[in-house]
Amino acid sequence: MNLFCVGLSHHIANVETRERFAGGDRAASVLRAAGCAEALVLATCNRVEVYGASQRRIPTDVIAQCLARTTNVSRDSRETDEEELPPFYRYEDEKCVQHLFRVACGLDSMVVGETEILGQAKKAYETARASGAVGPWLHRLFQRAFRVAKQVRTHTDITRGSVSVGSVAVDLAQKIFGDLTGCKVLLLGAGETSERTARALVSRGVRDLRVSNRSGHRACELAGQIRGQAIPFDDWKEQCREIDILITSTSSQAPLLTPANLAPVLASRIDRPLFIIDIAVPRDVDPAVNNMGGVYLYDIDSLQSVAQQSLVMRRQQIASAEAIIAEHVADFREKIARELKRASHAMVADGSLRPSEL
Amino acid sequence: MICFLAAIVRTGVTLRVGLLRPSQFNFLAIGLGFIFQTAFLSVRGHELGRCPLTNLFEVFIFLAWSVALIYMLVGPGYRLSLMGAFTAPLVFLLQGFALVALSDARHPFKVPANPSLEFHASISLVAYGAFALAGIAGLMYLVQEHQLKTHRLRSIFYHLPPLANLFTAITRLLWVGFGLYTAGIVSGFFTGRPLPRLQVVAAIGVWLLYAAILQGQRLRRIAPRQIAALCIVGFSVALSLLWGITFSAQTHPMP
Repeated sequence: MNLFCVGLSHHIANVETRERFAGGDRAASVLRAAGCAEALVLATCNRVEVYGASQRRIPTDVIAQCLARTTNVSRDSRETDEEELPPFYRYEDEKCVQHLFRVACGLDSMVVGETEILGQAKKAYETARASGAVGPWLHRLFQRAFRVAKQVRTHTDITRGSVSVGSVAVDLAQKIFGDLTGCKVLLLGAGETSERTARALVSRGVRDLRVSNRSGHRACELAGQIRGQAIPFDDWKEQCREIDILITSTSSQAPLLTPANLAPVLASRIDRPLFIIDIAVPRDVDPAVNNMGGVYLYDIDSLQSVAQQSLVMRRQQIASAEAIIAEHVADFREKIARELKRASHAMVADGSLRPSEL
Repeated sequence: MICFLAAIVRTGVTLRVGLLRPSQFNFLAIGLGFIFQTAFLSVRGHELGRCPLTNLFEVFIFLAWSVALIYMLVGPGYRLSLMGAFTAPLVFLLQGFALVALSDARHPFKVPANPSLEFHASISLVAYGAFALAGIAGLMYLVQEHQLKTHRLRSIFYHLPPLANLFTAITRLLWVGFGLYTAGIVSGFFTGRPLPRLQVVAAIGVWLLYAAILQGQRLRRIAPRQIAALCIVGFSVALSLLWGITFSAQTHPMP
């Protein structure tokens, strides 16, 4: 049995090319008609891949045309010129197993260690299984891939840390306060990034949101959208005595928060930390505020730097993840070889195969 | 000691490859070490016919046992599994000191059993165990806080508990230690024999230090970061005094 993977990913093809081969619901059945005993299409925004198992080798061009035939683009044009086919990559047997494991672990993703791909792979597997396109070979391959991905997530830091500004801010808040359900958040300024950050905080359990903006109308509008409370702009300093997280994004040309005007506020909350996320450019908060006890100030650059550090940390984990994958590839290969040998011996025993053909 | 050394080596290796993370290994290694410690103290206790706290060696082994005991109780409960990475070196140092100091000097005469005195000494040392763990949680707090302040987040950042959880653990450990220590001091006055003045002064000094830390925390006069630092200072002071008192008692034994 020949296990193979043929595909296009963000490494070798741009989105226009990938979408031409994004496949469709019928892709797996078309592939089976082309001679694949088992076929599964994994189509995400970054890749289009076919995993298959067949008795004889099916040419890459045939598989590519099967994929193209099922897309709207090719249905509309009614033809696909072979010369226009992009350079699909092809992995067979052990390389195919290794590639799938790397994909499932997020090592082949645009953002290394992202976990969305695992969910997409599971969904693709379920869809193919439900349609009867998955047999014992792909079943074993994908089940093992899910296991490997879980092990890599557990035993390495490949998925640790956030890589976007909003999620970095939320992660940091959780590392300061732990449970966010009791946290009080003030949005000073109603910019788009601060709104996104606020929504991310709400998704992690924050319930007490306050919005203060020079334009009271915009404050009320945003407060309504995020189920918060609008606060008059003149009251925001007083609010700092109560809140735990301050997200600022005003268009003020001078810092609104300085050590001088924050010191009296902090005196009344010595035992409670204050997390300030300053997304404004120019900055709303004097950087010297970070030197004050109990205050954790992050501006847009430091948030991006943390995101960058997370990416670097994830990349450092690639070697550990590859080692786990290599172990599983070797183990998977051995198991498959043993099963093939057993099956061959069984065929010899029942006369369907001669010993010389083993 | 091998168990604690194994936990330290593993922590060192994982730190080196940037993979320091909570795992069962440290907990199991410390747990195994704790079993050996318990066995040793039990054998020594049977041999002496009393609680094995008759010299500096036994006191430090008992203290190391108390630290391991409190870790076993608190570590998993507060989800502070990474605490093992910090606890193992302390226990190793305490035991190493006990061995290197060659302080296992036997009393010239058999010390008679005195349950009140043994209760006083043992409960005070278990309190020291709680103070030690508060110091360790304080160290973890400072490590985490430093990373948050400097914006340099290493792999360990993602595995250490949030500051709020660490501070809760510090506060509870301080209260547990303080309660046990108070019981130890009070019971010291009911041992039926006079306690050396130096010992009483030192014990009350340690008690006052921790009382001040807890009062500062309760009245919100001391910031969490300072409390974390004070926990480390407090335990260092208490440990030095314990060594001084025990050493003095060993070199000038009471009849």
